[in-house]
Amino acid sequence: MIRFDHVSKRYPGGYEALHDVSFEVAEGEMVFLTGHSGAGKSTLLKLIAAIERPNGGSVLVNGQNVGALRSAAIPFLRRNIGLIFQDHKLLFDRSALDNVLLPLQICGFGHRDSLQRARAALDKVGLLAREKVRPVALSGGEQQRLCIARAIVNRPAILLADEPTGNLDADYAAAIMDIFDSFHQVGTTLLIATHDEAGVRRFGKRSLALAQGRMLA
Amino acid sequence: MSHLRILLAVMRRALTAPLGTLLNILVIGIALSLPVGLYVLVQNGQALVSRYAAAPQLSLFMKLDSRSDDIVQIRKRLEQHPAVSHIEFVSRAQALEQLRQDSGLGDVIGGLDHNPLPDTFIVYPRQRDAKQLETLRDEFRRWPKLAHVQLDSEWARRLEALLDFSRMLLLLLATLLAIALVAITFNTIRLQILTRREEIEVSQLIGATPGFIRRPFLYFGSLQGLLGGLTAWGIIATSTHLLNSSLADLSRLYASGFSLLPLTMADSLALLGFAAFLGWFGAWLSVSQHLRRNASQ
Repeated sequence: MIRFDHVSKRYPGGYEALHDVSFEVAEGEMVFLTGHSGAGKSTLLKLIAAIERPNGGSVLVNGQNVGALRSAAIPFLRRNIGLIFQDHKLLFDRSALDNVLLPLQICGFGHRDSLQRARAALDKVGLLAREKVRPVALSGGEQQRLCIARAIVNRPAILLADEPTGNLDADYAAAIMDIFDSFHQVGTTLLIATHDEAGVRRFGKRSLALAQGRMLA
Repeated sequence: MSHLRILLAVMRRALTAPLGTLLNILVIGIALSLPVGLYVLVQNGQALVSRYAAAPQLSLFMKLDSRSDDIVQIRKRLEQHPAVSHIEFVSRAQALEQLRQDSGLGDVIGGLDHNPLPDTFIVYPRQRDAKQLETLRDEFRRWPKLAHVQLDSEWARRLEALLDFSRMLLLLLATLLAIALVAITFNTIRLQILTRREEIEVSQLIGATPGFIRRPFLYFGSLQGLLGGLTAWGIIATSTHLLNSSLADLSRLYASGFSLLPLTMADSLALLGFAAFLGWFGAWLSVSQHLRRNASQ
């Protein structure tokens, strides 16, 4: 589903975020990406969603070479990828429900259908009772779950999460990991970046370790 | 998202800053009303010119001391002249009587001890070409017993020249103000984009096409342009109405029945369409610039 071949990424200014990275994530697999902050985890996720383009090597998502994608095709790639951001990127000028409706509006779903799907997604993350609340009134853990609801509402084949439990205490973190596991159960491909290696071991899934832009064997 | 729903969302957003939106619409309306007003004047001038310039005539005033056989002679010469279509004769007595009736100066005229008006021939020439009319006028001027020859279409030709000038002015004014309208919309949309930066960024991250990002802004630009056009139309309609009621007095005095014609239906629709298009265009430029700048970052 996701395949990196000798990928490297240098930012303007010469900083090399990734160096000769190769790996593969199979369809339906749940994989953790570990490493200290600054190891290149975020960059790696951005390459998959074509937010950044590689300087060398190739990034294949679902057989498509993402690095060589025309810019007009990028929106359609992203609709198939649910992104969960470290900083949530929620919109504070609208309700929780409207935040979750946005991806459906972008994909052109009808209003009635969209409402149904958005409420189902909110229900899944346990926020259905708070659909009218604006994100500013939600706790950190709730904001993170709202971000997840928005990422999964149009049922993408791939979920990418960047430090989804970063700022949460253990109970909240475990709840969020359980949500991810439930998507894994229904066949979604997940790649979760985290520096919480203890949590990863507890789950017993495959993990890829990055250190200073290089993939550790 | 259905188009109606976007339009409603756009209107809601416009209403969150009603004063700003209203001022923008007013500025656009006033800016547009200038060239449109000039257009109305030019159209009316054109109607006037074609009404009068269509039938040019020459007035031949006899000398005051001319006798009746002089008049008969001139009439004969005129009737035999190949360039003359037909003639009318207004005697001094007729002219005085007409003046007494039309001008309301009956008392003054009654007090005159002699008739100051000359006998007059009104000549309708066969052709309308300005050059040939002038040649004809010059020829008549050389005839004896004629005090003065006047080509009555001359003012129409001057008006025609003035109209040509006004049309040029109209074109310039319309171009400049169209640019102004685009600039106003461009700036309004730029400010809107700044306040909705996050929404645009997030939308792009979750798969929005440039078209989806653009759409609400294009709707807003078009709507603002359309309402500005409507304002301009209102300004012009009110102005023509006001001017016509004072023109009515004026034209009663001149017995001319002249009044300003309002904008036609087609012209009104063209105005609204053009205003909406310019708003759309300004918005399109603004969003495109933002998207391009973002993509290059």
